[in-house]
Amino acid sequence: MVSLFTAEGLTGLVFLFIVAVTVVGGIIATSSVRLPRAVSGLAMCLIGVAGLYYFLNSPFLAAMEMLIYVGAVCVTIVFAIMLADPGAEKKVGRQGAISTVVSVSVGGLLFWGLAILGTTTMWPAAAVKVNEGSIPEIGKSLLTTYSMVFELVSVVLLLAIIGALVLARKGREV
Amino acid sequence: MNVLDLGNSMETYLVIAALLFGMGIYGLLNRRTMIGMLISAELILSGASINFMAFGHFLAPDPTTGQIFTLFIMGIAAAEAAIALSIIIAVYRNFKSIDTEDVVELQG
Repeated sequence: MVSLFTAEGLTGLVFLFIVAVTVVGGIIATSSVRLPRAVSGLAMCLIGVAGLYYFLNSPFLAAMEMLIYVGAVCVTIVFAIMLADPGAEKKVGRQGAISTVVSVSVGGLLFWGLAILGTTTMWPAAAVKVNEGSIPEIGKSLLTTYSMVFELVSVVLLLAIIGALVLARKGREV
Repeated sequence: MNVLDLGNSMETYLVIAALLFGMGIYGLLNRRTMIGMLISAELILSGASINFMAFGHFLAPDPTTGQIFTLFIMGIAAAEAAIALSIIIAVYRNFKSIDTEDVVELQG
């Protein structure tokens, strides 16, 4: 039993807060009508996910999540909203009731099934840990075991940048 | 089990990941605009990343594997977001809308 007024208890309280931020952010991101509000919800949810990474003993991944998702992807989505003017106001109430019911039931069924599967399975723990998963260990395995995938991701990112430029540039002078 | 001790069990993270995945699927089916669908896809990828991180932290013999896989997911998601947003802008230029029902040209 963990008391609230100990270090572990306060850590648990912070964890509950982070979980609440993640879930509320996800709800805002998926159910708000206006897109700028949805992007704000996505940023909130991803900040919560970064906190979860911190609790999973990986501050490096938490920083990367903040940099890449919150700092880059969300800002890019905001740029696209400004360029493509979604006109969210006129879409209010146009969602069909059948569509909502089907979406809620499919998403809810997937969540229910995955949650039951995750909580009832007896996951076997590894017999031995070969390292601690610290930042130097990540760097080493990134440049030894996973160096091929690392290079491939670099090429994919370069191609994505060039492809995005070509796609967004085409037809501009028409 | 104590509520304050939830952060130390893997099942908590699996349930949160399943919740994000379910919300992403719901948004992907329910959204009418392409940017909304992209936001939902990011939620699905986040759910997958949390699963990888949880398994890597609690079960894997080499804890770096889950973190590196999550880094690769982040890189691929950034590339996907860039391509999808440029496609959205190109679609907006041609159709003056990003509503998925307005860009249907072939009516069956």
